[in-house]
Amino acid sequence: MAAELAYNTAELVCISSGRLLEDGKVVFAGAGLPLLAAILAQRTHAKTLTILFEGGVIGPFVEPGKLPPSTNEQRCATRANMVLPTTDVLLLQQRGYVDFGFLGGAQVDQYGNINSSFIGDWKKPLVRLPGTGGGNDIASLSKVIVAMHHEKRRLVKKVDFVTSPGYLSGGNSRKAAGLIAGGTLKVVTHLGILGFDEEQKVMCLEALQPGATVEEVKKNTGFDLMIKKDLGESTPPTEEELRILHILDPEKRYTTPRGE
Amino acid sequence: MEHSYLELRAKIAKKDKGLKEKVMSLTEAVTLIPDNVHVAIGGCHYSRTPIALIWEIIRQKKSGLVFSKSITATEGDLLLVAGTTRHIITSWFSPGVTWGVSRIMRHFVQSGEATYEEWSHMSLGLRYRAAAMGVPFLPTRSMLGSDVYKQLANIKEMQCPFTGDKLALVPALHPDVAIIHVQKADSYGNAQITGFPFMDKDIALAANRVILTTEQIIDNDEIRRTPDRTDIPFFCVDAVVEAPYGCVPHECYAAYEPDFNHMDMYVKLMMERSTEGVQEYLDKYVYAPQTFDDYLSLFNLKDIVRATLNARKGYGS
Repeated sequence: MAAELAYNTAELVCISSGRLLEDGKVVFAGAGLPLLAAILAQRTHAKTLTILFEGGVIGPFVEPGKLPPSTNEQRCATRANMVLPTTDVLLLQQRGYVDFGFLGGAQVDQYGNINSSFIGDWKKPLVRLPGTGGGNDIASLSKVIVAMHHEKRRLVKKVDFVTSPGYLSGGNSRKAAGLIAGGTLKVVTHLGILGFDEEQKVMCLEALQPGATVEEVKKNTGFDLMIKKDLGESTPPTEEELRILHILDPEKRYTTPRGE
Repeated sequence: MEHSYLELRAKIAKKDKGLKEKVMSLTEAVTLIPDNVHVAIGGCHYSRTPIALIWEIIRQKKSGLVFSKSITATEGDLLLVAGTTRHIITSWFSPGVTWGVSRIMRHFVQSGEATYEEWSHMSLGLRYRAAAMGVPFLPTRSMLGSDVYKQLANIKEMQCPFTGDKLALVPALHPDVAIIHVQKADSYGNAQITGFPFMDKDIALAANRVILTTEQIIDNDEIRRTPDRTDIPFFCVDAVVEAPYGCVPHECYAAYEPDFNHMDMYVKLMMERSTEGVQEYLDKYVYAPQTFDDYLSLFNLKDIVRATLNARKGYGS
């Protein structure tokens, strides 16, 4: 039983979200854990996965142990195929060249909307967060994977502010707003893999992470979560995945669990 | 800050567009920036930030400036605490994901003392591009339906007259002045950027006035041997300042990496002691040194050498 392997919750999220990236596809990765997970995927099952970074990079191969704290700095260009203006790399999504957007989530709601701008009312915020960056563009234009820690205050019924649009208020509302492509594909947490119901576009638990229970997921979710009938179980991280992850992030700068 | 098209053209028409020497001191260049205008900052986040110019802007006690920048890092904190600005147009504002959320940004925005006008990264880029193209707006499929859209006053929606698709229209953003740091420029202002171009080509064309700092001033003959590598044409540019290590402690592609020890020190000071800590930083690093060289001499030479060697190795292997 692989549960004997030691890994923390951030490593689990990183590995299981990275597995969703397919070989031969193009991923637009945000800073932090998404960047790490995309590189991990490239070095495990998705050898010809192409990574794009917001700073203006196509197809880099970032050096182990040198993961930069920003997707706009020169180490993101290591062994890249092309560097280009920021506006143009983001526009590749509008053209349709990006298969997956990959984001972290400070606060995500039942429709997959992400908030990284304000806690409280935006006109008089309790907390001003850093903002969208390219997050809104990624979520507006691409299919998005969100990697995050599973907590009641992070998975909420309604986000305080829709920075990066998921399915807005569910149903057809995303398309009606003019966002005819993209949408939140999966939310990967340390407790489960969550997808979205076809019609209502509301979040739905599709698989449990190793050792997690439905009760635990429900307890840590801020809304009444739909549970898929044939609930799956996610495969635990393998020794190989963990070995590579530790080479990529030896100081655990990106894989130190937050929020507990 | 909206300008009519003919007004904007008149500004360009008035410019001396001759192939002429524009080299001047940092002090002289910054005197070209009046108070209460919009200044666009080149680079992105902590990469190719025109720190030398920002340093001098703060020292000359400019006020009422509106800044725009694709992504804002520690320089935004300094401009807020120094009182240079109370309005920043950007898409993201903090030192970096591993350093946490800027306490200075939070302090000024949450108290209502300053405005952080948030646009998505691409839409901000399209605003500069529209301006660079001389059109009043560009359409995009981004931002529709989000609250980023809803909190903005000057954005509109339209139905495409050809396809019927819904589109967001983002207005041209014309900075009064652009401040940009490059690796190489000649004395006329022909600038060659190495590595990430970010939004700088658009910013230079969008602005009414352009101030360049450069790691190195090169001969015009070198430009003429490699015209395919010139990113900003001389006639956009009003001032050229030679400023080696002009981005420190931020990075300059293939020239030096960030001074991470200094960044860690700054972030700790800022996070622990907020405005008071940053005031202390300004006193020590901005107000006390008499020249930008004096500023640079406050840095640890070992760290700068290491940052330089790391960047010089390049990113091809």
